[in-house]
Amino acid sequence: MRYLPHTDETRKAMLDKIGVAGMAALFADIPQEAQRSGLETLPGYQGEWDVEAHMAALAAKNRAAASGPFFIGCGAYRHHVPASVDHLIQRSEFLTAYTPYQPEISQGTLQVLFEFQTQVARLTGMEVANASMYDGSTACAEAALMASRVKRRRKIVICGNLHPHYRESTLTLGRFGGLRIETTRPQPGGAPELAGLIDKDTAALVVQNPDVFGQVRDLAPLAEAAHAAGALLIAVVTEPVSLGLLRSPGAMGADVVCGEGQSIGNGLNFGGPYLGLFAVNKKLLRQMPGRICGQTVDADGRRGFVLTLSTREQHIRREKATSNICTNSGLCALAFSIHLSLLGGEGLRKLARLNHESTIALAGTLGQVPGVKVLNSGYFNEFTYKVPGDAAEVIEALAGRDILGGVPASRFYPGEGFDDLIITAASELNTDEHRAAYAGALKEILS
Amino acid sequence: MSDTKYTEDHEYIQIEGDIATIGITDYAQGQLGDVVFVELPETGASFAKGDEAAVIESVKAASEVYAPISCAVIEVNSILEGEPAIVNSDPEGEGWFMKVSISDEAELEELMDEDAYKAFIAEL
Amino acid sequence: MNREGRPTGAGETQAPRSRTFTGNKALQIEEPLIFERADYGHGGVDLPEPEGLSTNLAGLEQESAPDLPGLSEPEIMRHYVRLSQKNFSIDGGFYPLGSCTMKHNPRLNEKMARLPGFADIHPLQPQSTVQGALELQHEISGWLCNITGMSAVTLAPRAGAHGELAGMMAIRAALEARGDARSVVLTPESSHGTNPATASLVGYKVKAIPARADGTVSVEAVREHLGPDVAGIMITNPNTCGLFERDFAAISAAVHEAGGFVYGDGANLNALMGRADVAALGVDAMHINLHKTFSTPHGGGGPGAGPVVFSKALAPFAPLPLLREKYGVFSLIENPDEAENASPFGRMAAFQGQMGVFVRALSYMLSHGGNGLARSTDDAVLNANYIRARLADVMSLPFGNQSCMHEVLFDDAFLKDTGVTTLDFAKAMIDEGFHPMTVYFPLVVHGAMLIEPTESESKETLDQFIETMRALVKAARSGETGRFTNAPVFAPRRRLDETRAARQPVLVYEGKI
Repeated sequence: MRYLPHTDETRKAMLDKIGVAGMAALFADIPQEAQRSGLETLPGYQGEWDVEAHMAALAAKNRAAASGPFFIGCGAYRHHVPASVDHLIQRSEFLTAYTPYQPEISQGTLQVLFEFQTQVARLTGMEVANASMYDGSTACAEAALMASRVKRRRKIVICGNLHPHYRESTLTLGRFGGLRIETTRPQPGGAPELAGLIDKDTAALVVQNPDVFGQVRDLAPLAEAAHAAGALLIAVVTEPVSLGLLRSPGAMGADVVCGEGQSIGNGLNFGGPYLGLFAVNKKLLRQMPGRICGQTVDADGRRGFVLTLSTREQHIRREKATSNICTNSGLCALAFSIHLSLLGGEGLRKLARLNHESTIALAGTLGQVPGVKVLNSGYFNEFTYKVPGDAAEVIEALAGRDILGGVPASRFYPGEGFDDLIITAASELNTDEHRAAYAGALKEILS
Repeated sequence: MSDTKYTEDHEYIQIEGDIATIGITDYAQGQLGDVVFVELPETGASFAKGDEAAVIESVKAASEVYAPISCAVIEVNSILEGEPAIVNSDPEGEGWFMKVSISDEAELEELMDEDAYKAFIAEL
Repeated sequence: MNREGRPTGAGETQAPRSRTFTGNKALQIEEPLIFERADYGHGGVDLPEPEGLSTNLAGLEQESAPDLPGLSEPEIMRHYVRLSQKNFSIDGGFYPLGSCTMKHNPRLNEKMARLPGFADIHPLQPQSTVQGALELQHEISGWLCNITGMSAVTLAPRAGAHGELAGMMAIRAALEARGDARSVVLTPESSHGTNPATASLVGYKVKAIPARADGTVSVEAVREHLGPDVAGIMITNPNTCGLFERDFAAISAAVHEAGGFVYGDGANLNALMGRADVAALGVDAMHINLHKTFSTPHGGGGPGAGPVVFSKALAPFAPLPLLREKYGVFSLIENPDEAENASPFGRMAAFQGQMGVFVRALSYMLSHGGNGLARSTDDAVLNANYIRARLADVMSLPFGNQSCMHEVLFDDAFLKDTGVTTLDFAKAMIDEGFHPMTVYFPLVVHGAMLIEPTESESKETLDQFIETMRALVKAARSGETGRFTNAPVFAPRRRLDETRAARQPVLVYEGKI
């Protein structure tokens, strides 16, 4: 076995040194009824090329995004990632290091996290950020719990246009964690009325921008309404590229910004691993869940970085910890940080504009297909349109023509009356040919 | 005239009339090590005996400070929020946590006096 | 001097300089923050010029670009390569961090995860276009059930602690489904800190069970706390002292008899593959850290993945999405109404799990095969016991010199009266080129040092490590205190002031200090 250094002679010599007759003696504490002798029913070991062949066969059964027209978003976005990003994250010292518990020999990871935190804070318009969470949906659920803890209130109001997976993840954690969650009906292309739901028991209002239907919304009035009731505004961002062009949630008055960082530096990966972003203003700093990196000095007075505020974590506080989260998404944060350092603010703005223009072009092209109606009044890189007929069938028919055209809203909202809606996204990678193929196929399917 | 009482959770209560000043003892700060943060209650908050009133964090530990008696908070030592190190340097002086009005003087009877507390920590 | 009269050894006659003009030390080069670069300009990505169309952003356009530096590709390469050189890594050296299973990360797995058919597919593509991805999830599910002997698995949790959450939620959902509200969860004192944190997050009160003198939990101690209010027990096996819980099967039987469930923390599965049948031990739910046992890289702190295996009793409560196979066609059940014969308790996270991690883990499993996995477990346990046997005479074993599983726990009794603490000892190991073991965990042992070598280490490495440890012990006991209390002196940084970091948190760049 190529990953195991010992020979049988070595094993024998080591067993002798330990003073036992055989390997089985080391497992003597396992009760008889639970003992096992090997894993014989599983296949035997395989060399590299056999494994490659097996995996390549599985991979070949999937339609990769790059192989044809691709227009899917809804919380995961495909952008071009520079080659240097993937090269750098595969450096042994980044890839195969653990959580930086020994800061003297982990300054690389720690400085990256400090730079990442600074980037996230600046991007979201907030004062501080943590070193990342599992993904956007879990960051959102943790934000709701944090708000309840800070405000000592149980009620959370969720906008119906929040990504349904985020809503369900928050509902699940909230149900067990004792939150009372109220939510509105989704309103594709619109802006659900929320101010009326906020009262003196409300800890936070959760609003995504742009929302799951692609609609953009001014958060400032919502921040005002939340603050008037003593509640927090939690802004969710699932497409951070939008922050190159849109006013930041911080600038619109959000108290917490959480969301998904995947679209910068990270691939689609069928949904994971992704990168949860979490930023707050300073007054909430000590309530932030997750890992946090801070600046300090070493014994010689040189600047260095450490994990800090860790007494809130489960290792010390056990059942009183702020959350049970142990890891962040370190390598994905590294990829995000490298990509963003290559882009810079100006590059991000340009990339955002390219995405927005590509989306305007797509809306224009699809809007000319008879029967299609775009619902959004404002959008960044994603919008929802109505078709005469069943959207799920249309999406399948498009896939049959090798066009991945978006997500039928019924996949999220079965039986809720959105069966004729498609949520579609565009990017800098779409060409005129892609758009023409999409519109042409759609026209054929609908006629 | 002032009188100081102690709890088994290493809080002290300096009593002056119906007002008490609450903090953690020198022994407690020594056990915690470098204090890095103190979260104090809001003025006006009232607690039953045993309620969680404050949180104190050091580099190696975080612990709750429980209300040693039923009380209402009339003043908190907000200097601690910016300079938590005072808890280490002068816990039973400048490093006090909060001043409270005592709700039930009878509860004071259950607490230790200085000699009893000294005997208590000697056995730890 | 050699025959030509040139000096042959650096620093033979003079003490080496301690400081350079730059602050650099040969290969260790100081690197400023990207925000401190004065002249950042056009960045490192060439983008086409936008057409300048009028926007459709509902009037929410930001006036200027975010204030973020952008550097050219050569500058970026140098920045991150220099940073990387300040990290210790498993590729670079021995990393015996107890409880973390720092084993070799095969590069084949990285290559497989980058196949476009896995890396470049969207989680919401029509399911007909991702059949290979679903088949892979089905396949890894099969391996996990086989390795543990359990009935069902959810791939949804994003990490080990997230898996714990899923397992405990399933337990609570199962109890609620039978109208049995219970309020208490038992955990041994030596459990992972995440266990009580998780139980509390799911709404349970936590009661700690003390260990007996040999470091394990007795069925009698558990029985004392059992009752109609106990929802279950969370128990790590092998436990955090590196010992197999001998009474585990009996404990499970007692908990089941009292109407509770058994949550097994699977962080230490690397000690059990092919040797123990988790189902036969009576476990109802157990998370598996793919980033530990199945070698997916830790990446400086994630991402990981924490699938949870379930017993028959808990399987119906597994969270969404559910993976189904019928006539060779795979599907994801994403809505509770479509879940036949199941009552999923909810959803853990968006989409369907850490695909990139699954590909790597399956690649690892296929490479090893069943027997290779069993062999890994054997070698991991062998290595830990070898270290134990060769250090038992100079270090101190809190529970006596009994055989351990895949990790060995020492306490600080051997440092008594030396003026050297566990932390000092760990820092001196850094100077010797080893990553320290896990220190001060588990909390039940004074000055704990938990060493987990994994199966990836050769006898040569272990011998070198053992000799180093013996030399350090000797130095500590002969009064060379400064070697420890000043350590590390050769690392990129000396000890860092954690008090300062926590008292006045600086979490983002705010200018030079």
